[in-house]
Amino acid sequence: MKHPFPPRAARFAAPLLAITLLLTAISPAGAAERLRMSTTTSTENSGLLGVLLPPFEQANGVKVDVIAVGTGKALKLGENGDVDVVFVHARGAEEKFVADGFGIDRRDVMHNDFVLVGPAADPAGIAKAARAVDALARIQHAGAPFVSRGDDSGTHQKERALWTTARIKPAGQWYLEAGQGMGAVLTIANEKGAYALTDRGTFIAYRDKVGLKVLFAGDPVLFNPYGIIAVNPARHPHVNHALAEKLMDFITGPEGQRIIAGYRPGGEALFFPDALAPDALAPITLVPNGPRPAGVGSTR
Amino acid sequence: MGIVWTSLWIAATATALAALIGVPAGVLVALARFRGRGAVLLGLNTLMALPTVVVGLFVYGLISRQGPLGEWGLLFTPAGIVLGECILALPIIANLTVTAVTALDPRLLATCRTLGGGPARVGLAVVLEGRHGVLAALVAGFGRVVAEVGVAMMLGGNIRWYTRTMTTAIALETSKGEFVLGLALGLALLGVAFAVNAALFTLRGRTP
Repeated sequence: MKHPFPPRAARFAAPLLAITLLLTAISPAGAAERLRMSTTTSTENSGLLGVLLPPFEQANGVKVDVIAVGTGKALKLGENGDVDVVFVHARGAEEKFVADGFGIDRRDVMHNDFVLVGPAADPAGIAKAARAVDALARIQHAGAPFVSRGDDSGTHQKERALWTTARIKPAGQWYLEAGQGMGAVLTIANEKGAYALTDRGTFIAYRDKVGLKVLFAGDPVLFNPYGIIAVNPARHPHVNHALAEKLMDFITGPEGQRIIAGYRPGGEALFFPDALAPDALAPITLVPNGPRPAGVGSTR
Repeated sequence: MGIVWTSLWIAATATALAALIGVPAGVLVALARFRGRGAVLLGLNTLMALPTVVVGLFVYGLISRQGPLGEWGLLFTPAGIVLGECILALPIIANLTVTAVTALDPRLLATCRTLGGGPARVGLAVVLEGRHGVLAALVAGFGRVVAEVGVAMMLGGNIRWYTRTMTTAIALETSKGEFVLGLALGLALLGVAFAVNAALFTLRGRTP
């Protein structure tokens, strides 16, 4: 009994080995240079990145890997050096990110605004509210269901700041913390006939899928600016800083800003470019001649 | 189509790697008699219930830039998913291999040893003899990893054209409210699982 096994062993093991080798060989190896960008669900779900990034990728022969998560996690990925650049919307958290030395060269990119959406019947009567905090107080007073992101995203941070300003501690049967992205929250709110705070861009992208209506908008406190920040190469030497700066130059440059302004699915602009004329205010999304939007959390 | 392919090769690579470790380990545990063997078996059984997000979290801590393997830059790459899914499949493959080998005729082992086979030779013999059970172990391991979403989402990051798998795509489409597309992808996933199983079924049929 010298070699009783090899022929059968080969028959059994060879396909396995072949599969492994084949799979390793054809796995997409790092052909093009890759840049990792963590961003919010709103930039991805609204479809903006789908038109904004390809021209940059083609012009430079690179790939931009988009990791779409809440703003809180997007910044955390930057802190850990797991991404090269972050593209988010929570001015306060962004400034802290830079002040703590995790990011450098923060730039304004664009803005839209937050809106309160809910069932067309508007059981809490928030359409009659004068201010955003007043609208939230009406929701709490009526005990009408409200779906919160609950995920430390930029939208969630804004929502919490509003509740704090309203001196309301949201809790109870009516307050639902979803812990999910903007699209999922709109879907849940739609199913439950609930209110929700959303950025206008994502809502427009979802408008046809849900029966919710914009019931309150226009308070300057609902201004929603987006910024892009390079992860600090002094802290994380492995990041692709040169390419990150290149992407930031593109997005805040004429071509990127034109693409942002021109992205109008369904004929309505989702985002308003800020980089080329930083003082320009959106004439459409905010109250005409209204007061200048304040920064995060600074309300009366 | 790219999504299907990504799913397939990631899951297959993870299963193959897990088999390279899990099958020998399973044979060893099945044949060897040592102190604490019961505890190992209990441990393997418990690990079969590993939640995907726990594996994801564990490997995340390992391969994040702040983690011990951060230098390798595996987070948000297909290799990162392969690593996580390999850990997920390992206890399943090892455990089912133990079962397959234990079910074999004890006289086989005695014969092999009488004929003077070394441990490696004996191990190969039992794997070949129990190949149906071992194949079932691989199929179960593959089924587990191709259908999971936790590891793929956490370690892959759901990057389009790169680490987006069928399951993370389904999660994404569901969150976007595109239920029909999500469901269609779910059916595609089932179709792929069917094709893989059919291929293995044929393979098994050809080896008497």
